[in-house]
Amino acid sequence: MTRDDMATDKLRAALGEAVEDVGDFRGERTIYIRRDKIVDACRLLRDDPELRYNLLSDIVADDYLPDYPRFAVSYHLLSMHHKHRLRLRVRVEDPDEGPPTMADVWPIATWLEMEVWDLMGVRFAGNGSLRRLFLPEDWQGHPLRKDYPLGYEEVQFSFNWEEINAKKPFAKE
Amino acid sequence: MGFMIPQASDSIQELSVEELRAKVGTGMEIVDAEEHMLLSMGPQHPSTHGVLRLLVELDGETVVNLAPDIGFLHTGIEKNMESKTYTKALVMTDRMDYLTPMTNNMVYIMAVEKLLGIEITPRAQTLRLILAELSRLASHLVWLGTSALDLAAMSVFLYCFREREYILDIFEMVSGQRMMVSYFRPGGLWRDVPDEFEPAVRKLLDFMPAKIADYEALLDQNPIFLERAKGVGVISGEQAVAWGLTGPSMRASGVDWDNRRDMPYGGYETYEFEVPVEHEGDVYARYRCRMREMRECLRLIRQGLDRLKPGPVNIDDHKIVPPPRAELGRSMEAVIHHFKLWTAGFTAPEGYVYQVIESPRGEIGCYLRGNGTNKPARVHFRGPSYVNLASLPLLANNSFVADLVAVIGSIDIVLGEIDR
Repeated sequence: MTRDDMATDKLRAALGEAVEDVGDFRGERTIYIRRDKIVDACRLLRDDPELRYNLLSDIVADDYLPDYPRFAVSYHLLSMHHKHRLRLRVRVEDPDEGPPTMADVWPIATWLEMEVWDLMGVRFAGNGSLRRLFLPEDWQGHPLRKDYPLGYEEVQFSFNWEEINAKKPFAKE
Repeated sequence: MGFMIPQASDSIQELSVEELRAKVGTGMEIVDAEEHMLLSMGPQHPSTHGVLRLLVELDGETVVNLAPDIGFLHTGIEKNMESKTYTKALVMTDRMDYLTPMTNNMVYIMAVEKLLGIEITPRAQTLRLILAELSRLASHLVWLGTSALDLAAMSVFLYCFREREYILDIFEMVSGQRMMVSYFRPGGLWRDVPDEFEPAVRKLLDFMPAKIADYEALLDQNPIFLERAKGVGVISGEQAVAWGLTGPSMRASGVDWDNRRDMPYGGYETYEFEVPVEHEGDVYARYRCRMREMRECLRLIRQGLDRLKPGPVNIDDHKIVPPPRAELGRSMEAVIHHFKLWTAGFTAPEGYVYQVIESPRGEIGCYLRGNGTNKPARVHFRGPSYVNLASLPLLANNSFVADLVAVIGSIDIVLGEIDR
């Protein structure tokens, strides 16, 4: 039995219906977990002596506009003991009701979730540190979303300065 | 969209001591907080290695808590890459971690190749490995120079930059650029290395061991350096893993893990090299780890050069790699391929991959999603500098302000990669 299958089976046995889907692509296993069970799943993967996924490598949010559910949050785990990587994925319908924070399992999650919230706008329940990290505090919107325009600002010349300046939502002084 | 006045509690500039603690604490208990003061360090302070601002809570001269304030270099690289074709998005990766462009190229290109499901030629693989190790060497040289400079060792800085310049000359020789190389391309390399490449690298291999010995002689017997490095900024291996601290910083705490050896990629499994591990977990252990790693780099480069055999550096699929210039005059098909590649690029299938390699700073990861078009639908980088920065409050806890400078130097952050 491969490590992929072992992790999947153990998650299925412990969480049952909360394991929504399993996918393989280019030799990487992705396990879809229901949003409310993701912390349990991660804790199981970290603590089970046969799995021991001890490092949370990354949290990535992805925007599937116009599909529904629109957002997906991936957790990339690494088991140093068994030299294996695994991806857990959560489908998120409402970005304001994102998955619960993973800070209890891996403290680094707070920091990674801050980046996801700042740039993609997925709010992690229970993470009290969600603030603007890369962008200024008064920034509006979350630029990595697909509906966030690229090349938003028009070039100002002397003849259209007034006109463009009037349209700008911030930084007038 | 109306104008929104920032709330004081949202802004790190306006934080009080209590708010700082509530927002960014390490979870440690803080006593006697009445006498504490807040110190803003950076963003223009040279010892922060870029534009990093630290908000430090001090008890006398002792650091109690700190919050990194980042984002001064944010350029939206991930968003930008979504509007470029797969090949053109490559140039953004050099600009993230500008001290080790080759490994950044490598992780992105390997993710693209994984998504496309292609295998590169043996010569390209060996050359990539040599260049990635050269890049690691150059990056460690900058780290050594700047972090020694923070501890008032001026001459090491000058020597390190002299040797780094030699490596950058090699980069210029192969790619035409000293720093923003963009040399690795999907399916291989931009072009083969020139004939002068091998003698130049061999020369580096000849003089470099003596130079590394020189640096060590300058620092290892320097009582000021030892005094400031030993026992400062200690982190345990368990904490390092929980906080995602990777690379030499983690190995200095006794965690024996290196992606090159343990989950090999790009042919590392066929090379002989050691992974240096130290156990003290302080600034000095991190210094030792990187110094030993520099020697292992030389070993890897030497093995790579020895097995470098003539052959193609690009795969034979002209849907991905542009055809040779000479073919354009003879073959209509080559002209079509050339035109298609430089206008539309190639398309990648739907699906997502996550590729991890070992950068000089730790585990760099690239999440790449293709949606069947010629542009990536989502690119995300796990910047090792970004994640390593999170453990700074832990490392600097209960150290002096002056030692904070040594700690920042020892985790080797690059702000370009943190902010992206």
